[in-house]
Order: sequence, then C-alpha cells, then structure tokens
Amino acid sequence: MSNLLTGPVPLSWYLILSAILFGLGVAGFIFRRNVITVFMSIELMLNAVNLTFITFSYQFKHVDGQIYSFFVMVVAAAEAAVGLAIILTVFKNRATLMIDEVSSMKY
Amino acid sequence: MTALIFLIFAGIAVFCGISLVVQTHPIACALSLIGVMGSLAVLYLQLGGEFIAAAQVIVYAGAVMVLFVFTIMLLNAGAETTTFHASRFVKYLGVVLLAAFLGLISFIIQATLPKTEGVVFGNFQGTPVDVGHSLFTSYLLPFEVTSVLILIALVGAIVLARKEI
Amino acid sequence: MNFLILSLIKAALVAFVLLTTLAYLQWIERKVIAHVQLRVGPYRVGPHGLMQPLADVVKLITKEGLIPSHVNRLFYLLAPFVAVALALTSIAVIPFGPEISIGPVTTWMQLTDLRIGILFVLAVSSIGVYGVALGGWASNNKYSLLGGLRSSAQMISYELPLALAVSAPLLLANTLSFREMVNYQSGYWLGFIPRWNLFPEIIGFIVFMIASFAETNRVPFDLPEAENELVAGFHTEYSSMNFAAFFMAEYSNMVTVTAVATLLFLGGWQPPFPAPYSDFVPILVFAIAGLIALYHGLNPARRMDKFTLPATAVVFLGIAAIFGLSLFVPVLKTILMALFWFCGKVLVLLFIFIWVRATLPRFRYDQLMRFAWTFLFPIAMINLLVTSLIVALTTK
Repeated sequence: MSNLLTGPVPLSWYLILSAILFGLGVAGFIFRRNVITVFMSIELMLNAVNLTFITFSYQFKHVDGQIYSFFVMVVAAAEAAVGLAIILTVFKNRATLMIDEVSSMKY
Repeated sequence: MTALIFLIFAGIAVFCGISLVVQTHPIACALSLIGVMGSLAVLYLQLGGEFIAAAQVIVYAGAVMVLFVFTIMLLNAGAETTTFHASRFVKYLGVVLLAAFLGLISFIIQATLPKTEGVVFGNFQGTPVDVGHSLFTSYLLPFEVTSVLILIALVGAIVLARKEI
Repeated sequence: MNFLILSLIKAALVAFVLLTTLAYLQWIERKVIAHVQLRVGPYRVGPHGLMQPLADVVKLITKEGLIPSHVNRLFYLLAPFVAVALALTSIAVIPFGPEISIGPVTTWMQLTDLRIGILFVLAVSSIGVYGVALGGWASNNKYSLLGGLRSSAQMISYELPLALAVSAPLLLANTLSFREMVNYQSGYWLGFIPRWNLFPEIIGFIVFMIASFAETNRVPFDLPEAENELVAGFHTEYSSMNFAAFFMAEYSNMVTVTAVATLLFLGGWQPPFPAPYSDFVPILVFAIAGLIALYHGLNPARRMDKFTLPATAVVFLGIAAIFGLSLFVPVLKTILMALFWFCGKVLVLLFIFIWVRATLPRFRYDQLMRFAWTFLFPIAMINLLVTSLIVALTTK
C-alpha cells in the first residue's frame, strides 16, 4: 500500500475515474428534468472522454491524444453555444424548462 | 505523491459529479461541473498535458460554463420542484445497482488493461510546442474545419437568440 | 536549502509585500485623484494621511457584517472568497528579478516558473469572472443581478482582445514562460535602445492596456460598479469584510495586470539603458526627491510640514545611500536594481490607471460592448496577423 502511494499510479485508475464520471453523466442525463441540467450532464460525459484521450496520450507517449481532446473541447464549446440558444428559444415559446412538458411539437 | 494528488482530485471530481446529478438548483449543478472541470485540469497536468489543462480552464471552465451560468441567471431557473415519482425501495435499489454497475466496469477495465508502466509526473510532457507543431502540420485540416464550425455556431447562436422585431 | 522551506519563505515575503502594497495603493489613488481635482485628499489620519489605510482596515473589520435574509447564503459567502483568492493567486508566476544567490541558496526572484506562465494568468482571470457573477446573483436583488451580469459579460468580452494582444509578443519571443519572455527582451539595439517588446508592438500594448482597464472594472469601464449607476452594482448588498474582499480583489487584479504588461511589453526588470550608467538612476532619483523635500521643508506651507517634510527627506536620502552602498555588494545590487526597475515600471502603469480614473468619464454599457467587439477585437486580430506575417517572413 505504501508503494502504491509513492510509486507510479496505475493507468487503469484514470480510466476507471473516466468510466465513473461517464456513468454519472449518463445517470444525470436520464434522470433529470431540467433541460439545462441534462445539457450539463452531456458536458460531464464529454469531460470524461477527454480524460480517457489524455490518459492514452500518456500511455503511447504521443501528443495526438491531446489534439483529439482539444477538438472535443472546441466542438463542445460550439455545441454549448447553439444548444443554449435553442433552450432560450424553447423557453421563450413554451415558458417551461422541464423536458417532460416539451414532448409534443404542437403547443 | 502522484498517487496522493490523484486520489484527492479524483475524489473531488467524483464528489462534484454526484453533486451535479443530485442537486436541485441549476446553479449548484453548474458550480459542481466547474469543480469537476477544475479537478480534471489538475489530472491533465499530472498526465503531462499542460497546454490542454490550461485550455480546459480557460475555454471550458472559464467561457463555456460562464455561458451556462448566464443562461441560468437570465432564465431565472429555480430549484426543481417536480419529484421523481418512484417508491423509496426503487430509488435505493437504483443507487445500489448503479454502484454495482460502476464497480463491475472498474473491475473489467483494471483486469483487461495490459500491464503498462504507471503514471509518473514528468515522464511525458505535451509542451505547447509539440501541440502547436502537431496541430499545424498533421491536423491542419481538422483545425481549419473547426474554425468553420465555430463560425457556424456563432451565426446560429446569434440568429436564434435575436429579438424578433 | 529544502525546496519547500524556500518556497514558503518566498511566499510569505511576497504575500506580505503584496497585501501592504494593496493597502497603500488605495492611499496613492486617493491622493493622486485629490491633487488632480485640486484638493488635498486624506490628510488628518497620520502625517499626510499615511495611516488612512490602517484606519480603513480597522473600520472594515469592526463594521457589522450584515447578511440579508433572502440571499442564497452559500453563494453569497463564496463569491468574495473566490474573487480575492484567485486575484491573489496570479502573483505566483510573476518574476520580480533575475536569478540571485544569497550564500548557499540560488533561486529566482519568482515564486514558481511555469512553462505555461501566461496561460496560467489568463486562466486565473477567466475563473475570477465567477466571483463577480455569483456575487451579483446571490444577492437576490435586481440591481446586483444586472450589475453582476453586465460586469461578467464585460469581463469575458474583453478577455478576447486581451488574449490576442498578449499573443503578439508571445509570437516574437516564441515562449509562454515569463522568465524567458524577459530574457528575450534583454540587450540593446544600436547600443542604447532597449529591445523591449513595446517598440515593435506598440499597438498591442495599447490594446492590452485598454482591455486591462475593462478586465479590472476600472474607469472608463466601471459602469457595473459605479455608485450612481446601478446602486454600486454587484457589491450592493455586501458589507464589511466581504466588501473589503471585493475591493482587494479589484486592486490585486490591477497589480497583476500591470505586472503582466511590464513583463510582456516593457522588458520586466531590465533597465532602459545599458548597465554601468543605469545603476546611478535610482541613486539620482531618490537623492533629488530627498533634496526637494528638504528644500520645501525649510520654508513649509503648513505647520505640520516642518516635521514631516524633513522626515521624508531623511527617508529618501537614506534609500539613496542604500542604493549607493549596494553598488559595492553584487548580490544586493542585483536584487535592488531589479526591484527598482520592475516596481518603477509597475508604479508608472498604476499611475496611468489612476490618472485615467481621475480624467475620463465612463462608457455606457452598449457603447462599451460595441467598442470591444467592433473596434478592439479587429484591431487586436490585425495586429496579430501582421506580427505573424513578419515573423514568418523573417525566420528561417
């Protein structure tokens, strides 16, 4: 145990953390009602995937994993901008933020 | 030392992740997500991704999450009032099953990953020089395409959020 | 010496000096604005108001800390803490001087040098936006919410021209760490013009200064926190130590931003003309200041000045003597010269901040945002494009 605390950290620990965060993101996405919280769970999933990319970039000692992670961040930023604009429009038209009440196209 | 820092910040990340799923007020969820991003930035630093750690804090935690926080404040989103209609037994069983599922995945990952060397801080450094070189030579096409993507997102967000005159 | 103990000593020293500087920066500001407006400023608390910051600190500590009942307590208390903690953290990567060796210990005059130093400062200032936004929202008050939202929108809008203006010297020096940036600016053209980044990047410097006025919520961009606009904006509902925290965060941000401007554009701790001649400048400056104070002390305008002006003269002449003595002790000379030039440049930039506050009226909010997006951002981008073109054409 003391060797574990002073020696190198096994790579699987980072992947396990990433899996746990991804699982929590999926749980939030399925169980939450507020559309903004659902969106934030999606961002949590993207962050977990970023951690996986960078872990594998360390394993292969190649900087490509960080480049992919960079592109994931850029795409997440663009998606957040457009997604929040859509949420604003939906709120303006339906006056609600609960996804259960936005279940039909007809108002 | 590396393991201690990993355990502390992984614990903070998991705690903030659980807090994101459990909290009722959207602002508390947003702050939990910022906590996750911050602790993940520290883990990226450990894994040698120093430029990505800085980009995570500047872009993700410092700009994208500000956008989320603005939207929540503008829409005046309050705490959720509708409850999840399920019996208490089902809720507890759900938490136990989720924990079991995550434990199973952890075991599978740890058993099937080939035994490579562990992570030592300083063994690999993704300096901004390397990242920039790679970004502008091997990955030039995706880089230019993402610039067009950001332009599309910019125009789309402005058009959608504009006032109808 | 052990790295940990050395870092603790440096951190304690820097923290102490920084916090004293923040308190006396407020005194300097009040005195300068007062003299610009042809009045005296703080005068009664101690000689020429020098004890005024101490009195202010005592007042702020002993004032009743009211927490209104309808606020969101966790975020209300978290916001000033976040603001001041992040504002003070960014001093960690600012170098004050070159490498020095005191006895067996060789160290840089810097708390830590990150390979991504400039990105660290940008990251910390990005997170500092949350202190303002949360403070405004948690106060449960229309004016605070509007002030907080406007202030944070202003801060993130001006982060873009700031980052672009910062990128141009980074291109020239080809590094992100502050230490190497200052080393790049050493040397002289034609033997006497310093190789500061100011001369090729004058537009970048002006854009950086304007963007940093907006980043720190200073006049002319202080609409979100002005008293006669939004009832003091996001810190309306804060009192005593919480308000002092926001105040300290603003001044600390000012110091950080001027320190970064000095390091990136003005050559850091390096003197403007070559070494043997520039060593006499501190001695001359303090000696002349001491002699002027002595001259005015001989026929004083006010009764109190019969004692304070000669005392000031003695202090200044003493400092000049210390600078003169340090010419013979190399270690002391490096430290004192580096500190003199660095602090001199930072103080000149801070004086410009205060001067602008005393002179200019404030922007309206839509004028402010339009200025950022339609004027400052294109200029910063064009500056970066021209710089990168020239760098690409002139390097092999």
